[in-house]
Amino acid sequence: MDNNSTQKLRMRQAVLEALGDELESDPSVFLMGEDIADAGGAFKATEGLLQRFGPKRVLDTPISEMAFLGAGVGAATMGLRPVVEMMFIEFIGVALDQLVTEAAKFRYLSRGQLEVPLTVRASAGAGLGFGCQHSQMLDNWFRNTPGLKVVVPSGPRTAYGLLRAAIRDPDPVIVLEPRSLYGARETVQRGEAGILPLGVAEIVTEGSDVTIVALGQMVAVAVEAAEAADWTAEIIDLRTLVPWDDETVMASVERTGRLVIVEESPYSGGWGSDIVGEVAAQLFGQLQAPPLRVTAPDAPVPFSGNLESVYLPSADYVRTQVGELLESGRRPLPWWERGVVLR
Amino acid sequence: MTEVEENAVDRRAELQSRLGMYNRMVEIRQVEERVQALFNENLVRGSTHLCSGQEAVSVGLASVARVTDRVTCTYRGHGMALSLGVTPAQVIGEIVGRQIGCTGGLGGSMHLCDVSVGLYPTFAIVGAGLPVAAGVALAARLRDTDDVAFAVFGDGAANIGAFHETLNLAGIWELPVVFVCENNLYGEYTRIDLSTPVDDLSDRAASYGIPGEVVDGQNVDEVIGAVSGAVRRARAGKGATLLEMKTYRYSGHSRSDPATYRPPGELEQWQSRDPIQILGDRLVEDGLAGHDELTCIAEQVAERVELAVDRVMSSPEPALEEMFRHVSATQLMTDDRT
Repeated sequence: MDNNSTQKLRMRQAVLEALGDELESDPSVFLMGEDIADAGGAFKATEGLLQRFGPKRVLDTPISEMAFLGAGVGAATMGLRPVVEMMFIEFIGVALDQLVTEAAKFRYLSRGQLEVPLTVRASAGAGLGFGCQHSQMLDNWFRNTPGLKVVVPSGPRTAYGLLRAAIRDPDPVIVLEPRSLYGARETVQRGEAGILPLGVAEIVTEGSDVTIVALGQMVAVAVEAAEAADWTAEIIDLRTLVPWDDETVMASVERTGRLVIVEESPYSGGWGSDIVGEVAAQLFGQLQAPPLRVTAPDAPVPFSGNLESVYLPSADYVRTQVGELLESGRRPLPWWERGVVLR
Repeated sequence: MTEVEENAVDRRAELQSRLGMYNRMVEIRQVEERVQALFNENLVRGSTHLCSGQEAVSVGLASVARVTDRVTCTYRGHGMALSLGVTPAQVIGEIVGRQIGCTGGLGGSMHLCDVSVGLYPTFAIVGAGLPVAAGVALAARLRDTDDVAFAVFGDGAANIGAFHETLNLAGIWELPVVFVCENNLYGEYTRIDLSTPVDDLSDRAASYGIPGEVVDGQNVDEVIGAVSGAVRRARAGKGATLLEMKTYRYSGHSRSDPATYRPPGELEQWQSRDPIQILGDRLVEDGLAGHDELTCIAEQVAERVELAVDRVMSSPEPALEEMFRHVSATQLMTDDRT
């Protein structure tokens, strides 16, 4: 039975409700991860599910990411729909083979005899003082693997809708939940109507001066930046990194003539470069300013609060960079190349 | 796709007779020799990993497993594929990269697959098949079926994290998985005593609370006995077993390896306990076949293998669109993009 109510939820509750609703509606769904059953999850995103669904649907694992992620892959090939939790996305480093080299290849290597409807969900990203081994997004690790989809919600509503879609997807999907947003509150449409399709971006605000493409916790940063600005932006929440919605992005940049990308990860090798490349190639001549990427610097995520708050693009920083782009028609240098720190 | 002369499931059933097992072991040996010859003719790209000398393990296992059981196997998997029922034309075709291949020429020597007889795409990453087998076994447990998963790996995999993590997981969850270690004494180019401080890898089972057993991997009857016991345990819900098959690969690690690191006489010593010879002697002893009959089987197999090679050579290479097929459920074809 689907609950079709509209509720104000924190993101960790939205994740919990999405998992509960999928466990309820599909008996082949089960959850696996460290401390997710008895303890309800390190971020309480699975709280109470063991009691509701029992130990065959919600499984605590040892600290053996390779074994339990791989077990998720194997169980998925048998027609189950495992949702595997990586407590912190960094923990997947010791198990990456199972996702990238096994799960994402099985459909191909079996010529369609095997499917891997596996969902991996993980807390990710900076902002909470967890230090450089527990604060990375690692989104860019996953986007060069055909066969694997990559999803990043930007709040409770998208966390609910995208996670349910990911669980229903017939291919492996990784969902990176911005850890700093678990406490954020938003009105969430539950039930079928609340499910959001993968691969479809969302225009969050209308505007005419510039298109801003953002992902995860950077969506709210971009919105806040625009709210107090003397320019208006069409802000796009990309929602799915692989496959990304180039139609929505292209149509928007055609309208505004300017592209800014706001990324949480380090500059080099970031996904924004792909979008800049496609936009430059497809809309060459229609651009009124060079594309601009606002990102974190090429440095590990610092621990100290004063540094971490500068490391992550802030609303003020985004507003300043976009303002300079619009004013000068040139790409402003990032703060770390100016020798000054912008707050 | 060219029609396949034999059906993999029917071929699997042939292992129910002892002559059928002998026939299959001879077939594996001859296919490997033929693959080596195709290499020498430059008809095979990349590398390949032959299993000559290890035939009793795969044939013994396949004679015990049901087609609904699942097998994750290493890249030294030609023998396992043939044992489980994949046809010589499908195996050789895959190694040569033709449409007739069991994965349509998209996988190659290291990635043989036919899920209709339980074979998952063979794993080219050492140890990677163990967690997947555990997941298959977990699915069987969660669904209350009595199917079993087999994880087949080499001695080299016993030193990778996936082995230890997966045995531990199988131990705590009592998963219906049979871990089959083909200990052929070498992890790639390195002798096992230089990489591993225990004589018997099966000892490691004790750390994970599951039974471990050393098995004579050259004797198919010993293999069948051990696998049957482990499978009974697994089907009865009593959990996993680690079987260490002591065996030997006659060739080097891969085609570029002449195996000069082997001490003189070692190969000959193992060849004196050749698995095909051991089974053949036993068949004669038991009055199930005469020497003439065994020779006749070898000749018939040789004809079949040559026929398979002919069919492979007349099979086309994969079509361009196959590159995009089966990447995702929603197919990304070039002509779909605007």
